[in-house]
Amino acid sequence: MSVIYILLTVSIIVAVIFFVAFIMAVRNGQFDDGYTPSVRMLFEDELIKTKKTITKNNKD
Amino acid sequence: MEAKVCYHCGDTCTDTKITKDEKVFCCNGCKTVYEILSESDLTCYYDLQSSPGAVPKEIEGKYDFLSQEKIIEKLVEFDDSKTQIVTLYIPHIHCSSCIWILENLNKLNPAISQSQVNFGKKTVRATYNTETFSLKELVLLLSSVGYEPYISLDDYKTGKENVNRSLIYKLGVAGFAFGNVMFLSFPEYFEVDEFWLEKYKHLFRWLMFAYSLPVVFYAAQDYFISAYKAIKTRILNIDIPIALGVIVLFLRSTIEIIFNYGSGFFDSLTGLIFFLLLGKFFQQKTYSFLSFERDYKSYFPIAVTKIINNEEVPVQVYDIEKGDRLLIRNQELIPVDGILINGSAKIDYSFVTGESEPVKKASGDKLFAGGKQTSGVIEMEAIKSVEQSYLTQLWSNDVFNKNKEDGFTTLTNAISKRFTIIILSIAFIATAYWLYVDSSKAMNVFTAVLIIACPCAIALSAPFTFGNLLRIFGKKKFYLKNASVIEQLSHINTIIFDKTGTITSNKKSEAKYEGLPLTTEEETLLKNTLRGSNHPLSRSLYDILDEHNIITLDTYKEHLGQGIEASHASKNIKIGSAKFVGYQTETEVLNTAVHVSSNSIYKGKFTFYNSYRKGLSKLFNKLKKDYDLAILSGDNEGEMENLKKLLPSKTKLLFNQKPDDKLEYIKYHQTEGAKVLMVGDGLNDAGALAQSDVGVVISENINVFSPACDAILDASKFNHLYSYIKASKSALKIIKWSFLLSFFYNVIGLYFAVTGQLAPVIAAILMPLSSISIVIFTTIATNWIGRKLK
Repeated sequence: MSVIYILLTVSIIVAVIFFVAFIMAVRNGQFDDGYTPSVRMLFEDELIKTKKTITKNNKD
Repeated sequence: MEAKVCYHCGDTCTDTKITKDEKVFCCNGCKTVYEILSESDLTCYYDLQSSPGAVPKEIEGKYDFLSQEKIIEKLVEFDDSKTQIVTLYIPHIHCSSCIWILENLNKLNPAISQSQVNFGKKTVRATYNTETFSLKELVLLLSSVGYEPYISLDDYKTGKENVNRSLIYKLGVAGFAFGNVMFLSFPEYFEVDEFWLEKYKHLFRWLMFAYSLPVVFYAAQDYFISAYKAIKTRILNIDIPIALGVIVLFLRSTIEIIFNYGSGFFDSLTGLIFFLLLGKFFQQKTYSFLSFERDYKSYFPIAVTKIINNEEVPVQVYDIEKGDRLLIRNQELIPVDGILINGSAKIDYSFVTGESEPVKKASGDKLFAGGKQTSGVIEMEAIKSVEQSYLTQLWSNDVFNKNKEDGFTTLTNAISKRFTIIILSIAFIATAYWLYVDSSKAMNVFTAVLIIACPCAIALSAPFTFGNLLRIFGKKKFYLKNASVIEQLSHINTIIFDKTGTITSNKKSEAKYEGLPLTTEEETLLKNTLRGSNHPLSRSLYDILDEHNIITLDTYKEHLGQGIEASHASKNIKIGSAKFVGYQTETEVLNTAVHVSSNSIYKGKFTFYNSYRKGLSKLFNKLKKDYDLAILSGDNEGEMENLKKLLPSKTKLLFNQKPDDKLEYIKYHQTEGAKVLMVGDGLNDAGALAQSDVGVVISENINVFSPACDAILDASKFNHLYSYIKASKSALKIIKWSFLLSFFYNVIGLYFAVTGQLAPVIAAILMPLSSISIVIFTTIATNWIGRKLK
């Protein structure tokens, strides 16, 4: 039954890791702006699209 | 003719000559932005959102002050010799295209290494290399693509703003501990005497103790501080029974596990604090794009142009001294009181007095700070410093340092006063009884009563009711500073309105023509002449007049501050002030008028009337039953007759009120016991808004600055004001009902406590159950109120 010590240690370590991750996220300001990141993540594709259309225009 | 819409900004194009790549633009400014963007392969700006742009404004010389080291130093967040980081506020940010273009600034200039937009706050944070680039160039670059930053005196301060995130941390700590403690206390709920449970329960208990330490000493500290302050000032607020409950919970649990009496109440303890903080968090709804704390600094520029030995030097406004010569350009704000030296001044004092019409000044006349120059360049001499000027002196009044929430007893605190006394008496009576019957149980009963009576549900009623209503109001475009405004609003018995901009709309859209009738030819010429002018009165008159054919004018000349002159074929027309059109016999009139003469013969005048907001008389008639009404106007009495017709007869009308007068008027009524709601719009109402119990600002465009206030109401919702006040009254009723509900839970809990049967599992069930049912009840009830709002 003394395996419970290992289980408890593991559970506490996992919990603390997530807790620290949360604190760090708050400290980095990730909770300050809840809107912009949701728009920003959609932009990567747009840049590539522009390059394509421009090369197309050049061919014409 | 088909109406074409500008590809860049979406405005209607008056002619279709300005084109590029088969796209039509309304002006050369918009076309230039398009050219800049297409050169840098950034045209996908237009794919994300159609016509997202703004017309770039004329900014020559406006930002010269940004080359001064001293000013740069105050504006940037970070500065080593190579890189600078600055956060700029850009009011135009409104769509995903804006985010995209501003985060791709490095394509426009490689010296900008990074730029990040905060959409909610409408700011962009840019990092750039100072060896090849500068703050001034950054601002000019942004302006050139239509994103002119707004830099005001408010930005000029040392030290960074510290964002207060402590509530999120505390909530995180409490939630973390609550989850883990629940987990650890679960086995003992079943009270089985299993071998391994007996063996390990001490370890579990001490782990729970460890988890509860940060909750009690960090997450709950606000309650202790608030309770301590309340005791010191001899007030019984809601935080006293909470703090008492937390202390008793912690001490009793610790003693229980030390002496092996039981498992303690760590689950209830952490849960209680987690729920309380959750309520606080929910109540704390902020509108990051609005600010409720603005003073004159948000309107005033950082720097103005000073003339030293015929040279123009930008100077910080705090450094302006008596006797300095200042140069004020068109559309610039006068930062200090002074005397006009030369130039034709036409000053728009709408900020200060509420008077909407620009005032003409001749050299030698006195100019007051806060006025905006609206025609050409003027030179003036300062006679006071910024802080001592007429307008800015208003802020030295004590009202601006007072916190409205102090001295206001909330319903929760009023109830908790009686609640605390009752609970303490029950605890003592029960203890006395048990001391007599079975003294071993006495301490147990005493602590159990304090634990179970901890007013978690009561403390949650107000935050969840107000917090939810705050969000509902926000969706209806009524933005409140915080939840306590709702409660203040429900106690109002006097409502005072400002006139200009508050009950009238800013557009002057009603005009009456008096004089000789105009021929069709003259009307056509009039309309076509007005088309070319950008003066606000010309624009309004243009919109009012009927459509006519478009003709090309032979000559067209705009005389700044006087009027316009134009001719077509043999016809000549003059539009403008009475003097300009050659009409001498003008008597003193109080209303704004535009005069017209054709071929040097005086024809007549268009008189503008204030156009009142829709539903104004209806609103006043609804309000008059329950409230005292008054109108305080900075304007002259020109509209008095009109207003008397529109409004209920018992409405008080006061004209020519200076900002100070408004403040004093409200103060006087408050000493007579009135709870005043002030509805205003401009800086001239700032004192009145601060003095009143609730200050509401009416705003045509919520992105434009409004002075410090408790709430901002979108102008389109003005006629619903009555229903908002009614809703806040209903909210108070909901809270009273939920108090009743939580008393019911308290009675059940007290039964267990007084009879000495309070097991940890009962507390652990009862406390979350009462809290959750309060949350559900208030949410449903407020949503029901919200559905009745339009």
